[in-house]
Amino acid sequence: MSAILGSLLKRYYFERLADIRAPARAPEREFGYFRPGSGMVRHISVRDDAGLRLLLSQNAPPDVYCSNAYYAFPELPMREKEWRGADLIFDVDAKDLALPCRAEHAVRVCECSRVHARAECPHCGSQKSQARSLPCKKCIKAAWDEVEKLLKILEEDLGITGAIAYFSGNEGFHVHVEDPGTYKLGSKERLEIADYVSFRGAIPELVGLPRNAEKKKKPAKPAEPGDPGWPGRYARHALASKAARSRAKKEAESGGYQLAQARLAEAAPVIGARIDPGVTTDVHRIFRLAGTVNGKSGLSKIPWEGEGDPYEAAALLGGDPREVVAECPVRFALGGSRFGPFEHGRVRVPAYAAAYMICKGLASDPA
Amino acid sequence: MLEVGEDEPAAPRRKKLEVGEDELARYPFLDEAGDYMKDTGFSLEDLAADPAFGRVRDMALARIEAAAEGRVFMKGAPDELPVEIYSFLLAVVMLKISSRRAMYGRFALAEARRAERFLESDLRRDTRASMGDATRGVVARIMHDLFEVDIERDGDDITMPVPSYLLHSTGFHEREWKLVNRRVSGGMVRLTPREAVRLLRSAVASYISSRITSARTPPSVPGLEKYVSRITELAAAFEPAASYTGEYPPCIKHAIGVLEKGENLPHSGRFMLGTYLLNAGKSIEEIAPLFKGAPDYNEKTTLYQLRSLKEGAGGSGYSCPSCDKLRTQDLCHETAECAGISHPGQFGRGR
Repeated sequence: MSAILGSLLKRYYFERLADIRAPARAPEREFGYFRPGSGMVRHISVRDDAGLRLLLSQNAPPDVYCSNAYYAFPELPMREKEWRGADLIFDVDAKDLALPCRAEHAVRVCECSRVHARAECPHCGSQKSQARSLPCKKCIKAAWDEVEKLLKILEEDLGITGAIAYFSGNEGFHVHVEDPGTYKLGSKERLEIADYVSFRGAIPELVGLPRNAEKKKKPAKPAEPGDPGWPGRYARHALASKAARSRAKKEAESGGYQLAQARLAEAAPVIGARIDPGVTTDVHRIFRLAGTVNGKSGLSKIPWEGEGDPYEAAALLGGDPREVVAECPVRFALGGSRFGPFEHGRVRVPAYAAAYMICKGLASDPA
Repeated sequence: MLEVGEDEPAAPRRKKLEVGEDELARYPFLDEAGDYMKDTGFSLEDLAADPAFGRVRDMALARIEAAAEGRVFMKGAPDELPVEIYSFLLAVVMLKISSRRAMYGRFALAEARRAERFLESDLRRDTRASMGDATRGVVARIMHDLFEVDIERDGDDITMPVPSYLLHSTGFHEREWKLVNRRVSGGMVRLTPREAVRLLRSAVASYISSRITSARTPPSVPGLEKYVSRITELAAAFEPAASYTGEYPPCIKHAIGVLEKGENLPHSGRFMLGTYLLNAGKSIEEIAPLFKGAPDYNEKTTLYQLRSLKEGAGGSGYSCPSCDKLRTQDLCHETAECAGISHPGQFGRGR
């Protein structure tokens, strides 16, 4: 690991240790962290704030994780842990939104460590490279819009009011729900919740557009904007006017069930929350711990309520200048300032920006 | 004294419901039916051999035969309420003595479907469905006490908390049961009385099945021999003709074991088993009999679904899910021999 990054992490955990709290029911959770040079260390049990702080101060790890699950024996191997339940977690990632701006701030880090934006490295000719994105404000704003949709659906429809949103420290947000009603739900049940909040799998009958309405002598009664839940939400989106409702009814009644189905599928990414269902359904996953640094960016995972710029608020590794060898062909905004583009060479930037580029593979310690 | 459906010693006993004879006749799987039997003072020996109880024995067998034929037993005149209760209890004893697990699931499912009809009509009639009402009706009490589902009445509809709905709905394959296709608001799912009881069919069947499994009965009871041997005959049609004993991975062995016991294997488990065996080179005709033990077995449907697995995914057939996927579906039963594999197909192969 970069010496600069290592020293910044030590300082971070030294200065901010008192602010970092163990999550609720910590003794029942599995903790883990990334140890540079040897990989993931898992199956750790932490009893309380003091135990967590000891782990952080001793290791100053670039990534720290904690399970959403509660176990009888969190320190034992997976199959001996005895699963007792798990928090419900949603992940919204800007990269899944595939915004057009993404191409403007994506770069490739070649196996020769040089940075470029082409299919083939202009320095060594290699085609092997790793994509890196330096998300812009549009990306994170779009991701937050999805979180707001999600929080509203959770509260209005599912009756979940205590959800907490966190900026993940990189490209998106995590929404944590610690609700005793959902602890015991397994993967299949969580998939239903994921599909629900995403409006995935909806059928026309839901919005009052049944198949073969005439044959069944059951007249189509399209959903009204004031209806609760998805019928009302869809009506407000697609059936807002009388004309639109009449058109939808005719479409469904004239054998256009498939069309009505297609309309619902088209609406899903617009009115549904675009979450990663794989995260929500995983009841054994370990998640980045709030208050710790994200090793992919050097930014912290922090609670977020939507006010301001998370790329400013989460840049907590310090503003003192550090010199690094950087190669960053795109501009990025961080900590309230703009940086780059940098041609290959030495630059002096605030510590948080140095860490950001190091974590992204766009900078290294000076020789 | 007849002891039917006694819980295993470790299982906590729930608080008794106050139910009348007519309610017990509709829901004879309740613990209270056993108490009713005890209160009357009749013994298992009486029911099994006393000529006075010939009607009970015949009705017990009729219930089992109806289940074997996929029918719902609905006989029983109002003056036969005790016979209805005793016949259910005796049917459970007969099944347990027969040890034909293939019949347990079928009987449980048929009795659950029978109860469903009563539950629906009781629920429609019962204006005290709300759990907030201390005098709530028997359906609300059954749902709460047996299945931990707290229902509320809202006009003609029933509402229940989202988690309760999910715990019982994910076994359905039809899209209308998906949560996204339900009317959901404020953490509650709105259902018609029919939907509410249909939702719990599988849970009622599991409960009845567990009553059979946990019933403490002697190995044989004089007078029941011919009934037990009739059950053995009936069960033959549902017991797998072939049992694979090769070195299958533990997830596959477990799935086969579930079917052999006549228990329900979820859709994801059937998909796993079918795709694994097809990819292992077994023919549809070889695999289909394994599913005979499923409580909802239907030969035509089974063959159709196996053909879909074999010919689907663009004609190349579906693959068996990976170990990771199976873990998320609670289908993984990993043993030490699974070390290093990431797919059931890799089990037992040199690496």
